[in-house]
Amino acid sequence: MKKYLIFLFILYTCFLFSQEILLNIKDKPNDDGSALLISWDTSQIISSKIIIERETSDGKFITITSSEEPIGTFEDGSKIITGIRYEYCLTAYDSNGEIIQITRTTGESSAQWFNKDKISLLIFALLITISIVYYIFSARSGKHLYIRKIAGLESMDESVGRATEMGRPILFIPGTLDLDDMQTIAGLTILRKLAQKAAEYDAKLIVPVCRSMVLSTAKEVVKEAFMKAGHPDAYDPNSVFYLTDDQFGYVAGVDGIIVREKPAANFFLGAFYAESLILAETGFASGAIQTAGTAMPSQLPFFVVACDYTLIGEELFAASAYLSKDPHQLGSLKGQDFGKAIFIIVLVIGIILEISGVHFLKDFLTLH
Amino acid sequence: MKRKIPLLITFTVGIILIISEFIPHKPFGQLSGELEIWFLIISGFAILLGQLSLFKVNILKIKYKQRDWQFYTITLISFIIMVTLGFLWGTGKSAGMLGQGEVISNILGYKPFDYLFHNIYQHLQATMFSLLAFFIASAAYRAFIGRTVESNLLLVSAVLVMLGNTTLGSLLTGWLPESLNFLHLPKISEFIMTFPTTAGQRAIMIGAGLGIIGSSLRIILGIERSYLGGE
Repeated sequence: MKKYLIFLFILYTCFLFSQEILLNIKDKPNDDGSALLISWDTSQIISSKIIIERETSDGKFITITSSEEPIGTFEDGSKIITGIRYEYCLTAYDSNGEIIQITRTTGESSAQWFNKDKISLLIFALLITISIVYYIFSARSGKHLYIRKIAGLESMDESVGRATEMGRPILFIPGTLDLDDMQTIAGLTILRKLAQKAAEYDAKLIVPVCRSMVLSTAKEVVKEAFMKAGHPDAYDPNSVFYLTDDQFGYVAGVDGIIVREKPAANFFLGAFYAESLILAETGFASGAIQTAGTAMPSQLPFFVVACDYTLIGEELFAASAYLSKDPHQLGSLKGQDFGKAIFIIVLVIGIILEISGVHFLKDFLTLH
Repeated sequence: MKRKIPLLITFTVGIILIISEFIPHKPFGQLSGELEIWFLIISGFAILLGQLSLFKVNILKIKYKQRDWQFYTITLISFIIMVTLGFLWGTGKSAGMLGQGEVISNILGYKPFDYLFHNIYQHLQATMFSLLAFFIASAAYRAFIGRTVESNLLLVSAVLVMLGNTTLGSLLTGWLPESLNFLHLPKISEFIMTFPTTAGQRAIMIGAGLGIIGSSLRIILGIERSYLGGE
């Protein structure tokens, strides 16, 4: 009889427990402690709406979220401070708007020192960095490194020579993005070599820019290049000038320069958007020899069609090392090639595993 | 020192930013955002340099009566008008030196600056953008002339994609039985765009990504110094 009563008691307790709302507050993993993850399960009761509130420092409750779903999660990232325990209150309502049940619980956020979601990124970054540094040191020790020819960069002499012979200027466009974009920096490193050649050949260089920060850097780069070429007097401070920050205003300005000045050689090296084809086609119509380079995949077809030479993606970034012939820089290119080999191997393995129904590599590489 | 200090700053900031990518804990987690704000502040000051450059170059061209100097006058006049109107009555909801300019706004429907922006500037912008359609046509004509195997392949795939995106394409192959559905032009077009095109674009993006890593490392380690104006 006693055993029977105990069994009934346990059964009743389980029933009561099953009627409860589950409200969990967890720290959001791999963050700076500025968010909490709230999850609820009200499937055991018949509710039409739930409201979740959080207690503020003055003891009042503010609504964080509401939902009509019985099971759900919500990320509370509003003014969460690490180390403070927050109290949450979930109120469940029936279809008449009457409160069925109220559940309270607390949670605390914490900041992590390592983002475990990015472990694959860290491994790849380390592998590529180590390979680049290794090849830089190999190059320093005198090891011969083969670098394939890049036609677009080999043509620089031809372009400058043509401009000199024709007595026309060279136009250089360092893209339409600011100095915080790597493509702009890559463009400016090529500008330095081009300006040096222009100074040697005594050709006129025109560099209209659309960002003030790029203006200051481009001026410095061109000035130093003329000095290095031994022609500081030939440097014209007005050859590098600002047009406008506006995309199409800039295009109109550059097109005007192309039509009026008729440059013999145009260089479009940097980040481009819709303006790429307008610039390249105007240049094509003017009969200039054109070299373009960008890492914007959607703009590359336009440049390939309208320009004589196109630096595709990585070639733009390799240009500086390629032109300098500096072993250290060439070594870094070899390191990049090693990185490409790693990518190809991982891609092939990934394809095989995915076809076989094994998804661990895809899951491991996915950044959350 | 002129070279060493910028190189040291570049190295320190570069390494800290790389580390901060993997450490969400304060202060590392916020560093990237903070530095972007710094960049914006510096850019704000640099805008003045840009305006000065614009004035200097245009005034010199007007002064020496260079070819088409009248256009440079229009640039400067437009610039002065827009800046003046912005200063006097502000733009959007922000007030200028003379307040919100309700009287003028009631007549024009906008503040003077916004009126010119909406009625002149935006139309000029749209005009430039519209040119793209004509340039695409002329560039496509050259690209599609079959001269080599590659250009022939381009021509064929371009025709298939274009037809596949039109109702004509659907009509042309609409009669095909279910078993030959994969030859339906919209299907072929979708296949070309989803697989070969995406694969090619991703290959370029992976290469560019590696290029960015390589270039960044060269700059952080001080191997690449061209951006400083020297070796």
